[in-house]
Amino acid sequence: MDHLMIIWEQRADILAGLLTTVELLLVSAAAALALGTLVAPALMSRRRWLARLATLYVDAMRCAPFLLFLYLIYFGLPLLGVRLSNWSAGAIALAVYNAAYMAELLAAAWKGLPSTMIEAAHACGFHGWGLLRRIILPPVMTSALPMIGNQLLQIVKDSAFLTIIAVGELTHQMNSIQSTYFIPFAAFLTAVVLYWAICLVIEIGGNLFARMTEEKRA
Amino acid sequence: MTAYDYYSIVQGALATILLSVASIVLGVPLGLGLALIRWARVPFFGRVVVAYVSVMRACPMVTLLLLIYFALPQFGLSLDPTPAAILALTAGTAAYNCEVWRAALLNFPRDQYDAALSVGMSRSLRFRRIVFPQILKAGLPGLVNEMTLQIKATPAVAVIGIVEITRAALRIGARTYEPLPPFVVALVLYSLIVLVLVKLQRRIERREAAKG
Repeated sequence: MDHLMIIWEQRADILAGLLTTVELLLVSAAAALALGTLVAPALMSRRRWLARLATLYVDAMRCAPFLLFLYLIYFGLPLLGVRLSNWSAGAIALAVYNAAYMAELLAAAWKGLPSTMIEAAHACGFHGWGLLRRIILPPVMTSALPMIGNQLLQIVKDSAFLTIIAVGELTHQMNSIQSTYFIPFAAFLTAVVLYWAICLVIEIGGNLFARMTEEKRA
Repeated sequence: MTAYDYYSIVQGALATILLSVASIVLGVPLGLGLALIRWARVPFFGRVVVAYVSVMRACPMVTLLLLIYFALPQFGLSLDPTPAAILALTAGTAAYNCEVWRAALLNFPRDQYDAALSVGMSRSLRFRRIVFPQILKAGLPGLVNEMTLQIKATPAVAVIGIVEITRAALRIGARTYEPLPPFVVALVLYSLIVLVLVKLQRRIERREAAKG
């Protein structure tokens, strides 16, 4: 019980860690989704070199564990003369890594679109950006929504790796609390419960969003 | 990179493979057991499995490893890094495997089960001869997919000090001040391991298809 009291007394640090994790999630999820939306059409492009390049990127990310890619960004970019804080190196790694997965699941949903819909849009004079924004993306996003939700959970789980490059996210804060007060069980259990809470919020949010779009269409 | 550096990464690869294989060998049947508990609607335990899978889906491997490695000694159970890593990896993969098995069980045609019942097969015979061969076939792609994810989750064991591919590559980079070459070697090794798994899956599927 007194272990839980210690946890409660450290709530400011824990909250800071939780906020860092959520911040990383929001920033990298938005970036990954945007980047994925750009790469998805490249995967299906008729220009061979572009499609090959995009496939190479997606395959490389799918073969590399996240930690390896994180090290690559964290140690590799400074070699190219780019200096980053640990936080931004972590956010970039999360975004670029998960963008490949986003691109693939968006491409899968995109291929499922009936071609008649796009032809009809062409006939109505839609093309380029307008076609993408008004006709293609809305159904692609709604049908890919459950998969995007899964990928968000993956981002949350990957973000725990950032403790290794000393980003002050949830696991990192909990680890420093447990090593100061020698309360590993209470500390990490709290971390697991908080991660669970984040993921439940994502799942509930996804369901709400799905219901909203359904009502809009009906 | 010297020959010894390549050797140490290959040593790391052995650790990666050992941890992955151990957790897969333990986690796949364990996942099946959990799925069967839900499928058979065992009161109370069914609920426990639902909660377990939900928590594990949300729990980062790094956090789980730290929990098992640092917190179990509080209860008088000290594990070495390798058993702790296998325990954490198994706990994680069992939850995902449970979902794969459960999906296969839910798609299993009910009439076949009833037919087996009508010819008087016992419960264990029904499962062994009728249900299991078919859910294995249906679940295989999902299981292999989870295995590849499992291999990519193994670098997390670095937090409790085990040297596997990623950690070995990091060490070489830290010594030579050239991090890129060892990371490229590491990426090639991971790709090879994943490729072997995917090839194996295709081969099994082709053999099954030939069998009809």
